[in-house]
Amino acid sequence: MNSGLNSGMTGDYWADLQSTALLGTDRRALPQADGSAAAVAAAATVDRSDPATALLELAALAVVRRRAGLLPPPAARPEQPPPADPRPELPEPAARRLTALLAGRAGGGALANLTELLPQWLATARERGYRPPAAQVPALLEAARARSELRGDVVVLVGPLGRRLAEQNPDWRYLMRTTGVDGPAGADRVWQEGLFAERVTQLTRLRRRDPAAGLALLAGTWPAERAEDRLLFLDALQEGLGPADEPFLEAALGDRSKNVRATAAELLSTLPGSALGHRMAERALAAVRLTPDGTLLVEPPTSCDASLQRDGIPPKSPTGRGEQAWWLGEILAATPLTAWTTAFGRSPAQLLALPVVDAASGGDQWRDELREAWARAAVRQGDADWARVLLGPAPRRARSAGIAGSPAKLLAVLPPAERAAWTAAFLRVNGPGEAFQLLGACATPWTPPLSTAVVAALERAAAAGSYPWNHSGVLGLTERSLAPATAPAVAALAADAAPDTAWAETFGRLAGTLRFRAEMLAELEP
Amino acid sequence: MEERWSTEHILSLAPDAASRAAAGPFSAPAAWSAVGSADGTVWGLCAGSGGAPYRTVVELTGPAYQCSCPSRKSPCKHALGLLLLWSRQPQAVPDGGTSADWAANGAAGRQRAARGPADPVAARRRAERRAARVADGARELRLRLADRVRQGLAGAAGDWDEVAARMVDAQAPGLAARVRELATLPSEEQLAGYALLDLLAAAYQRVDELPGALAATVRSRVGFSIDSAELLAGPTVRDRWLALGCRERVEGPLTSRRLWLRGARSGRQAVLLDYDRPGQPAELALPVGHSMEAELAFHPGVRPLRAVLGPRQDTPVPTPGPPRGRTVAEAVADYGEAVAEDPWTDAWPVPLAEVVPVRGPDGWLLTDDQGALPVGEVDSTALWRLVAVAEGRPLTVFGECGHRGFTPVTVWDRTGRAIDLSLRGAA
Repeated sequence: MNSGLNSGMTGDYWADLQSTALLGTDRRALPQADGSAAAVAAAATVDRSDPATALLELAALAVVRRRAGLLPPPAARPEQPPPADPRPELPEPAARRLTALLAGRAGGGALANLTELLPQWLATARERGYRPPAAQVPALLEAARARSELRGDVVVLVGPLGRRLAEQNPDWRYLMRTTGVDGPAGADRVWQEGLFAERVTQLTRLRRRDPAAGLALLAGTWPAERAEDRLLFLDALQEGLGPADEPFLEAALGDRSKNVRATAAELLSTLPGSALGHRMAERALAAVRLTPDGTLLVEPPTSCDASLQRDGIPPKSPTGRGEQAWWLGEILAATPLTAWTTAFGRSPAQLLALPVVDAASGGDQWRDELREAWARAAVRQGDADWARVLLGPAPRRARSAGIAGSPAKLLAVLPPAERAAWTAAFLRVNGPGEAFQLLGACATPWTPPLSTAVVAALERAAAAGSYPWNHSGVLGLTERSLAPATAPAVAALAADAAPDTAWAETFGRLAGTLRFRAEMLAELEP
Repeated sequence: MEERWSTEHILSLAPDAASRAAAGPFSAPAAWSAVGSADGTVWGLCAGSGGAPYRTVVELTGPAYQCSCPSRKSPCKHALGLLLLWSRQPQAVPDGGTSADWAANGAAGRQRAARGPADPVAARRRAERRAARVADGARELRLRLADRVRQGLAGAAGDWDEVAARMVDAQAPGLAARVRELATLPSEEQLAGYALLDLLAAAYQRVDELPGALAATVRSRVGFSIDSAELLAGPTVRDRWLALGCRERVEGPLTSRRLWLRGARSGRQAVLLDYDRPGQPAELALPVGHSMEAELAFHPGVRPLRAVLGPRQDTPVPTPGPPRGRTVAEAVADYGEAVAEDPWTDAWPVPLAEVVPVRGPDGWLLTDDQGALPVGEVDSTALWRLVAVAEGRPLTVFGECGHRGFTPVTVWDRTGRAIDLSLRGAA
């Protein structure tokens, strides 16, 4: 009886009975009965002719006496309740939906991936400022323990009650590390003692709020960090990058680690007006000149000197490209795009239309190199004007399009509406498979025209006899991102598909998921 | 009519947990192409994976099992499933049919003499025979327990599985279950387990001398069951019954469900025990926090608690607000009284009023102004739901109070909403 309930009798007699039982009545005599007069009298009636049976009967008397006479320990003092949470509680249907999402079951009908819909539910509920019912807070904390990508939203949703529970349950301590940083002391503790991922999160959050404080935090421990950690911390400076970071980044160009040096250089190249940007522009304009007759004359660098290396360009291409092409590409990609328009007085479109000629041979082998480098620069510098020109109109054939760089990355630089329009145009003439990365770059939920284009492309893919599992990536995106208004079109597809085929099942599931998503979002409407 | 065995009884016959689990699919009518029950045997034809169907026969008085399946376990999953079907869906295995020839031949080298299907003399003889077998089992069990105590519990752990199997043979499933439990008790509770088991076996040896109610308690603890229809034919208690709490447990192929009720007018507590049936919803569909007008028939005993539901009177309606609760001291005293009357009581259901969950040095407590109760066996999901709903403030909590502490089942939040602490219940 380790329960903490007290029995009203002395423990010695019971302990004696137990040790006799452990050793055996062959080896140890029966203990003397103890306790109240009634208890002793009751024990005296036990027939002791067989000590083993007698022990069992004495023990039965004692157990019943103990259990019947249990007393509760004294009252304990409750902790202070957590601070009140003024947010409105989730509407009941939404709370029920949350239970289904957390349990991973939708109830009725084959449904696609609920785990993919949970993040959307959480983000929406958080945005609307709801408080989940107290009974669901533990399940939310548990879900975010297993899936760290949910933590950002869960931490806000669970509110003060969640923080109190996390103080009490070591399994949920991650919450303290994610939120217990409101004061400067907390921030510092995470930074000094936290796990690597927590430190990165901490740095990123701080940069978002106060870039200078973030930089100071990183600079404080910089020399002591391991090279691979330095690399990722440096990457976190992308958040809130500004001129104030330049001295630190310039210093990082002298880092022991090659990758750290390269990352510092890349950051500096995106920093408007940075000294590194100026140095690169000088090199670029020395390598590419505009002749009076409107030709871009290319004279690639002939060596990778120490200063070039310090600015983040390794002498050897990691993929084994020709040295001169490698150096040229790296220099151009790190050159501020404004350097070209300023120096040559032409628009991006005009520049892209110019013929490109090798200064020595007169050949055009640098043409693609130049476009490729400009595309990388446009992505790095987030330059929509250049990205738009480099992408051009949506091509008929994805593979032969000759779009420089990565179309999905260029697309990501454009404003959301333009991204959706370009991708929709692309989908009208290409299959869904080729559009996977582009769709991933589009903002969600998709615009109605993009949604319509996706559904039409899927329908064509089905009609053309391809298999749904070839498009599982796009289907997954569609579940999460399709405009709610387009759901009936999918339901119609499901109804029209030949019964018992893989596509019928796929469209059926997709329609079900979309319905589920639409309902779940409607329940969260204020 | 042959007394149909209880589900607990049949589950106790399984040679191991795997057979218990495997029996599930065979407890549905669909698994059988033909079934019947006659002359103390239950038989069935079970379509196997191909070829001739398996022929399964259970002779109830042995019990003895025969099955043409290749399994070497006895009873095999087919025999267990067949018994479950016979026990739980009487209409699917009608009584009094003529047994198939092969069943009559196979089951009963020993059992040629035809018996009338509803021969009261034969039924009484069987009951007497069973009582004698249980008494033999109880005597043997006491000897085994005394042997262990003589040699010392610290010695080699005895083979309790074998003793449990003997108790099943003796048709005392209640004793068998307690024997199995001995192996799982923590060392400081071992002696208590031995002593109470010995007390139960000793009580059964003198069951005819005991007062009626206590004798009924002893019989039910030993494993004699009473048919629901028979109970409902006797006195019933009509009241508006509020569902205080519900707990499901997986037991082999089945899920057991306990539903605790309290009568609004009588203040009486009751617990209904039910098992889900494969492919069928459980019979007890009274959600926690709802109440309905109904008649209950209680199993006899010194502290009648377990009951069966009579024909339903109306549909359940939500009944918000917590039930009137007890203080911590009263709850512990209630348990003490229950133990004083029925020494084998492990816990007693009780709603606690105005208690707060508090973290103590040795685990969680539920405390009021006067005393605290340690939280006993509870899965962590339920515990944290309770802590979350309470938010550090006093609430009414229903659960079982016993010598291991208090096991919470339901909590009423500040708006009066009943929250089932098990996972199954959505908020």
